[in-house]
Amino acid sequence: MSERKITAPANNPESEPFYKAAEEGKFLIRRCTACKKAHWYPRAVCPFCFGETAWEEASGKGVIYSYSPMRRAGYTLAYVTLAEGPTMMTNIVDTDPDSLSIGQAVKLKFVPTDGGPPVPCFTAA
Amino acid sequence: MSINGKAYIAGAYEHPTRKAPDKSVAQLHAECAVGALADAGLRKDDVDGYFCAGDAPGMGPLSMVDYMNLRVKHVDSTDIGGSSYIMAVGHAAEAIAAGKCSVALITLSGRPRSEGVQTGTAARPGNPQIADSPWESHFAPVTTNVYGMVAKRHMHQFGTTSEQLAWIKVAASHHAQWNEHAMLRNVVTVQEVLDSPMVSDPLHRLDCCIISDGGGALVVVKPEIARQLKRPLVKIMGAAEAPKGQMGGDVDLSYCGAAWSGPAAFAEAGVKPADMKYASIYDSFTITVLMQLEDLGFCAKGEGGRFVMDGNLISGVGKLPFNTDGGGLCNNHPANRGGITKVIEAVRQLRGEAHPKVQVPNCDLAVATGIGGLLGSRHGAATVVLGRE
Repeated sequence: MSERKITAPANNPESEPFYKAAEEGKFLIRRCTACKKAHWYPRAVCPFCFGETAWEEASGKGVIYSYSPMRRAGYTLAYVTLAEGPTMMTNIVDTDPDSLSIGQAVKLKFVPTDGGPPVPCFTAA
Repeated sequence: MSINGKAYIAGAYEHPTRKAPDKSVAQLHAECAVGALADAGLRKDDVDGYFCAGDAPGMGPLSMVDYMNLRVKHVDSTDIGGSSYIMAVGHAAEAIAAGKCSVALITLSGRPRSEGVQTGTAARPGNPQIADSPWESHFAPVTTNVYGMVAKRHMHQFGTTSEQLAWIKVAASHHAQWNEHAMLRNVVTVQEVLDSPMVSDPLHRLDCCIISDGGGALVVVKPEIARQLKRPLVKIMGAAEAPKGQMGGDVDLSYCGAAWSGPAAFAEAGVKPADMKYASIYDSFTITVLMQLEDLGFCAKGEGGRFVMDGNLISGVGKLPFNTDGGGLCNNHPANRGGITKVIEAVRQLRGEAHPKVQVPNCDLAVATGIGGLLGSRHGAATVVLGRE
């Protein structure tokens, strides 16, 4: 299938550092400095304990939690569980959707967007 | 404080239109209000509380209160998507129990069909003000694929099959054949569901609800007023709501907010799922029904696929008659929000006013439950338990 062109992400003061790092090829997540747990999507206030959080670079390794290919539209929406713990919404790219399965190992691939910073997609590991 | 027995549904009206290019959305709201008040035997000036949600044009309740020229002392436009109107029944009962109003009007209307809205497949533009949008909008979570991920996960985790999901649509179509207003009245087979085009794997076109114009309204009143009216008494026994999201990244698609709203509503009502004679279950997609059946406790988690097979949801055939109007899958999904029609059909069943071919004998206890928003990312569950008195 021909792949969908990805639109530029919406961006706000909370997400800007992430996309700035993405332009340098770095994949950041946020972890709580109090309870030490990583979360997704990144936010300034820890969603588990309301503690303060800080950026860290993540491995970009994960497994597919679930996915749903829209073949006619040319893309696959997915949830990927990162090695660091949290599960994030993403697209699976450069992979035949018929070859995918839940639990399959995937790795990060930053994909360019239409006039914006690259966004974190995943492909078969 | 409990709301059990503190308020009654006295009026219910479903607009007969399924396509309304010649009407405004506000007009449809008002026509539904007229219908529900006439059904209750009440007048416009009796209304002292007004409830609506995101489909109502204008700021919260303000434009519609002005359009209908209501003099109300309590308003609520809390929006949790298509289940808002099930929640509104509970909120109206709370307001009435607290003495804040006596006659609460709830309206819903919309024209997605006339306006050509690609409800299930159109990507929503990013909005930097919405917390999740900078992380998700560009991945194009539409509607079908977010629900599709829930279905895919359920199949992986519990062995649920497309054939089992199809039975939900088959049951709805068996009911819709008797509803003269239903958008799809043809009875379909499991094979026809499986043969319909794949929209977002594993959901086929016939796993998805219809897109229709229309609307509905409800009138909730205090007990003293209900007893003065000529309509059968439909008591609100329990109500609960529960938003559920991605839980900070601890995403778990194996259950939905109904796992919280259902038990809370049943507890308030003092009844069990097994006591229900009829269930209205929001059917935006077949998987939405399956998840709620399990989470309300009609069967064990993971058993939903086996529970819905072989016509178990068909009135007169199975153990749990559901959506006897044809539901959102076949009858009506006005404004892309199916909550109000769920309550309306439950009221018809409790009054004995459903179509004779689908009326449940001696229907004295019913539940209406719904999921608004997106089941696989952020949704709002709402459940009400109703009883005939």
